[in-house]
Amino acid sequence: MSAPSMVWLTVFFVIPTLLVIAISFHAASPDGGIGTEWTFDTWRHISNPNYPAIIWRTLWISAATTAGCVVLALPCAFAIARMQKKWRAVMAGVIMLPFWTSFVVRVFAWRLLLHPEGFLKHLLFALGVVEPNTQLLYNSGAILLVSIYSFLPFAIMPIYAAAEKFDFSLLEAARDLGARSFLAFRKIFIPGIRRGVISATLMVFIPSVGSYVIPDLVGGKNSELVGNKIYQRTFPDRNLPHASALSALMAIGVLVPLGLVALLLKRQDSKEALRLAESNVSKQRGGAV
Amino acid sequence: MSDFLVFENITKRFGMLTAVDSVALSIQKGEFFSLLGPSGCGKTTLLRMLGGFETPDSGRIYLDGRDITDLPPNLRRVHTIFQNYALFPNMTVWDNIAFSLRVAHHPRTEIRNSVEGMLELIKMTDHAYKYPAQISGGQKQRVAIARALVDRPQVLLLDEPLAALDLKLRQHMLLELDIIHDQVGITFVYVTHDQGEAMSLSDRIAVMNLGHIEQLDPPAKIYEAPRSGFVAAFIGDTNFLGGMVTEIEGDYCKLAVDGFADILCFNDKNISAGSQIHLSIRPEKIRVTPAPPPPEKGSRINVFKCKVTDIVYQGTYTKYWVLAGSHRIAAIKPHSRFLLDQAPITWGDEVYCWWHPDDGYMLEQFTAADADLVQMPPVGYSVPKPVATPTA
Repeated sequence: MSAPSMVWLTVFFVIPTLLVIAISFHAASPDGGIGTEWTFDTWRHISNPNYPAIIWRTLWISAATTAGCVVLALPCAFAIARMQKKWRAVMAGVIMLPFWTSFVVRVFAWRLLLHPEGFLKHLLFALGVVEPNTQLLYNSGAILLVSIYSFLPFAIMPIYAAAEKFDFSLLEAARDLGARSFLAFRKIFIPGIRRGVISATLMVFIPSVGSYVIPDLVGGKNSELVGNKIYQRTFPDRNLPHASALSALMAIGVLVPLGLVALLLKRQDSKEALRLAESNVSKQRGGAV
Repeated sequence: MSDFLVFENITKRFGMLTAVDSVALSIQKGEFFSLLGPSGCGKTTLLRMLGGFETPDSGRIYLDGRDITDLPPNLRRVHTIFQNYALFPNMTVWDNIAFSLRVAHHPRTEIRNSVEGMLELIKMTDHAYKYPAQISGGQKQRVAIARALVDRPQVLLLDEPLAALDLKLRQHMLLELDIIHDQVGITFVYVTHDQGEAMSLSDRIAVMNLGHIEQLDPPAKIYEAPRSGFVAAFIGDTNFLGGMVTEIEGDYCKLAVDGFADILCFNDKNISAGSQIHLSIRPEKIRVTPAPPPPEKGSRINVFKCKVTDIVYQGTYTKYWVLAGSHRIAAIKPHSRFLLDQAPITWGDEVYCWWHPDDGYMLEQFTAADADLVQMPPVGYSVPKPVATPTA
C-alpha cells in the first residue's frame, strides 16, 4: 500500500477506531460525557444476556441479507454482461437510479408498502398468500426484505464488473461438452467471477451489520439490531462508553470476516504465483514444448 | 459410402445479412472435411449451426440419419475446438479433459482410463496437473483436442484452431492433427481461411464465398480445376486474362486477349467459338527467361515479350511482375542454383514469358471482384530506374 493511503487510513480509520475502543474502558459521567478513570464496568455490563441475542440477530440478518443479495445479483449481473454494450450502460444506470433518492425516504416507502392497509398487503391477501391479520411490518422478515432491497446494487455492481470480463465462450465450451446451462453456470461461470462474488459479499455484509435506519423504521420491538442499540446508548441515554463498547464489538464482527477473506485471497495469490514460478522453472529445464 | 452428416438447404440470416444462403452438402463418415473461405463467408456460422449454437432460419441438419437441427449443444455428440481453445481456467489439464465424462456421470475408473489414454495420445501425461495458464499455446491446443475427443463424439468441429499459433508450431500441429485424425477415425469438420491448412489436411474442401459454396472438391481438383474466378484467385495465386474464343483446333482453342497475339488453350470444357471467358494461369506455370524458349519445346507454346516491373525475392523462389501490353502478370521462378545459372533478371529487363497451353485453365464464371483478389504490387512508385550493373 502506498504512503498517502496509509496516512489516510491511519488518520480517518485506525485512530478513531482505537479512540472508540479506549472510551469503552471509561465510565460515563453524569452529565453525559466521559469520566476520567479507567474501568471494566461497561464490558461487564455488556455480557448480560440481552446483548448476545441482539448480536446474534444482527449477524444472521446480515448473513441472510448477503446471501439473498448475492443469489439475486448473480443472474442479474450475468444477464447484463450478456447484453449489447449500449444496453449494458443503460442497465448499470438503472441499477444506480435508486441512489438519486434519499435512503431514508426509500426505506420509509417500504413502511407504506408493507403497512396493514398498504398495497402489498392487499395484493398478497387478494392472491390468498397471507391471512387478514398477518403482520408484514415490524419484524425481522421486514428488516431482511428491506435490507436485501437496499443493498442489492452493492452486490450487482462488483459481480457485474467481474462478469463483464468473463470469457463467455467458456460457457459455450461447457455446453458443447455436454453440460446443461445451469451446470455450466455453476461450474464455469461462478468460479470464473469468484473475486466479484467475494467483493459483493463484503460490500453487502459490512453495511448491513451496521445498519440502523432499516431496523428502526421497519423492525419491531423484538427485532432490534446492534445499530439500534448504539443509537439508543449514544443519543437518548447519553452513555458514550456503552455505545463505544457496542461499536467495538461490531467492528470486530466486521474485521474478523474481512481479515479471513483477505488471508484466503492472499494464500490463493501466493499459490498461483508459486504455480507460475514452478512452470517457469520447468520451461527453463526444457520440460515444456 | 453413406452420407453421414447432411446439410439440407440451410439458410441463416442476421438482420439484413444472409450469412448462409441455402447451403446443401453432405460429409462422409471419417472424412476430414474443410470449409474454406474469406472472413464473413458464412463458414463459422455453418459450423456454429452444426455445434448447436445457432439455429438455421430454414433447412435441416441430419447426423447419422437423425435430425439434429433443433437439439441443444449438450445433446449433440458433436464437439467443437474453439479458436481461443476455451480451456476452463479454474481446472487442471486433467479436469479439463475429464469434463465431458464427469458431466455424463461416467464411472470413476472409466474416466481415469479415458483421460490417461488421451493424455498419452497428446503426450501431456507430465503436465496433467497444471492449469491452462501454465502451459504453452501448442499444449493448450492439444488439451483442447483431447478434451473434445475423450468421449468419442461423432463429429469434431475445428474453428480455425491454428490461427493463434506461430508459423513453426502451426506446421507442427498440422502434422499432429493429421496423425490424430488417422488414429481416432472421427469425422473432422475444419473451418479455416488459410488455404495451406485446408489443402494439406483435407479429403475434400468446400470453398465458400458470400454465404454459398463455390466449389466442393478434393484439394488438387480445387487448385487445378477451379470452377470460378473466385476459387482460382482465393486458392493460391493466379493471373487472369479475359478474352474471346476465336477458333477451335481439336482439343485446343485460340483466345483473343487484348494486347496479346492468339493464346492457345486446352479446351476441356468444349467452349464454343465466340464465348467470352477468363483464362487463369498460375504464376508457377509461367517461365521467365531472358531469351525466348528453346525450339525443342515446340511451336505450340504461348510466348510473350514483356518488361519486368517488380521483383520479390522469397527464398525458395523469386516472384516477378512483368508488363505485357497493358496486363500485369505474375510469374515465379524457383532457384535451383542461386543466381549462378545465368545473369540475374533485374528491373526494367526485357524478358520472355512462356507457358504450355495445358497450363492455362478457362473459367466461365467470373466477376470483377475476383480480379481484385489477385495480389499486385501498387502501381506508381514500384518501377525504380534500372541499376547499371558492371557486366563483362
